[in-house]
Amino acid sequence: MSDKEDRFGVSRRDFLKSAGVGGLATAVTSAGVTDVEAQAGPRVIGPGDVPVSLTVNGKRLELRIEPRVTLLDALRNRADLTGNKRVCDRGSCGACTMIVDGRTAYSCSTLAIDVQGKQIRTVEGLAGANTLHPVQQAFCDVDALMCGFCTPGFVVATVALLEKYPNATPEQARRELDGNICRCGTFVRIMEAAMKAKTVAGPPTRQARWGDMGVARG
Amino acid sequence: MKAFAYVNATNEREVVAALKTDGIALPLAGGQDLLARMKDYIDSPDRIVNVKNALDTTVTSTPEGGLKIGAAVKIIDLYENQQVARMYPALNAAAIEIGTPQIRHQATVGGNINQRPRCWYYRNEEFVCYKKGGSRCFAVDGENQYHAIFGNDGPSHIVHPSSLAVPFAAYGARFRVLGPKGDREIAASDFFTMPTLASVLKENVLEDEEILTHVILPAPGNVRSGHYEVRYKASHDWPLAFTTVVLTMNGNRIGSARVVLGAVAPVPWRSKPAEAALAGKPLNEDTAMLAAEAAVSEAKPMSGNAYKVQMAKTAVKRAIMRAAGLKTV
Repeated sequence: MSDKEDRFGVSRRDFLKSAGVGGLATAVTSAGVTDVEAQAGPRVIGPGDVPVSLTVNGKRLELRIEPRVTLLDALRNRADLTGNKRVCDRGSCGACTMIVDGRTAYSCSTLAIDVQGKQIRTVEGLAGANTLHPVQQAFCDVDALMCGFCTPGFVVATVALLEKYPNATPEQARRELDGNICRCGTFVRIMEAAMKAKTVAGPPTRQARWGDMGVARG
Repeated sequence: MKAFAYVNATNEREVVAALKTDGIALPLAGGQDLLARMKDYIDSPDRIVNVKNALDTTVTSTPEGGLKIGAAVKIIDLYENQQVARMYPALNAAAIEIGTPQIRHQATVGGNINQRPRCWYYRNEEFVCYKKGGSRCFAVDGENQYHAIFGNDGPSHIVHPSSLAVPFAAYGARFRVLGPKGDREIAASDFFTMPTLASVLKENVLEDEEILTHVILPAPGNVRSGHYEVRYKASHDWPLAFTTVVLTMNGNRIGSARVVLGAVAPVPWRSKPAEAALAGKPLNEDTAMLAAEAAVSEAKPMSGNAYKVQMAKTAVKRAIMRAAGLKTV
């Protein structure tokens, strides 16, 4: 992840300039100060490791990572949360879908440093110790997968769908699951699973959102 | 992606201050375009300025009866805003067609307007085209099925990638821009620039240290508007051609019209011939057809995209029919 080539690609000048000497420097040097600058001095951090604090599935996670690290890479490579998959890494496939503050997001296209203080939910936060989430159970029941690589993203997107529309119509399901792609072509079964989970999951209760609270569902 | 320094700006002024640096600094909003560009080494900034916590995330009413939309408003929030839906239905229609749910949840209005071209030569590090400081447009002799059919005088033949820029231009929006010398307002139609050798590295008038902060929409008045996108895929993709029409009504007749086409030219393409064909006419299917024919009369397709002329024509006709409340398909 902290790929050596890239780290050395940063020039010494840039590094010193941005990291600052003797504590983190302020963004703006005094040379040629305009009115705008005089009023503001936002802090520059990085490009090396910086502390990043994330709340994932209700648990606090303290990391030291570079600002360029995506949420997906931070969780997969530094926090051992490898459930959500890295496929296209360009926001084109949906395998990395996580729920950030109640809304689905491509974690490959989100910087970890940008989602500090937000409630992040991954596929790992869904199942309890011995019970699958109703959406996961529905995917198993109707056999809504073939190779399974897109499944974590689809499951998370389906959970978000049913929290937004507890009685989702097929049309709403198609719209909300639009951002995920299955190259095996199991879409028909995935739609079936979403409709089946709807009847099992019921309205979004506290229980249906235990992922936020880090409470195991028993 | 090259490692970068990071600034978390908390207000507009901090953004402008942080964008001033010896190296390259770029603002990061939803990141749905910029992060991909950085991963592909199309852009390798030394500094990223997070503007999500600095720019306005609200939609507010203006004293003139219009709306002021913050640049950091997410696409999903723009779509779900009831005032937008009621006052500017074509803008609402454009918002829901953007990307995918995940993209709409992250992407912002400002980011949509300022995203870079989707041309596959531009997006490929290996092709050093005009847009990347090179000396040719590879689309001219290459694969140009998704390139421009209007405004093809060069040097670049991209189509502008923003879906919101087109309804903004059609509704006569103004963009508020803040820079080191203060703020200014620019009409949406003057914000985007046709490529010249001097300006080809960017698609609009924003200077390096300037940031788009608001879109200001005028009061809608007595208008009817319609939006239609011709698409190859229902989601995950950009339209092949689309149109927003805004018709100022004079009784049952069209007083004046604004017809803006998207995905067909390096800028949101305002069609004067189509507008002339609409003025003074009754709003019906025959008028829509005549305006659509007028709109494509000045098209100059490239070697592989003549098919887009028909799509642009269809988009104009159906956008007008939607404005008329007529069934399109």
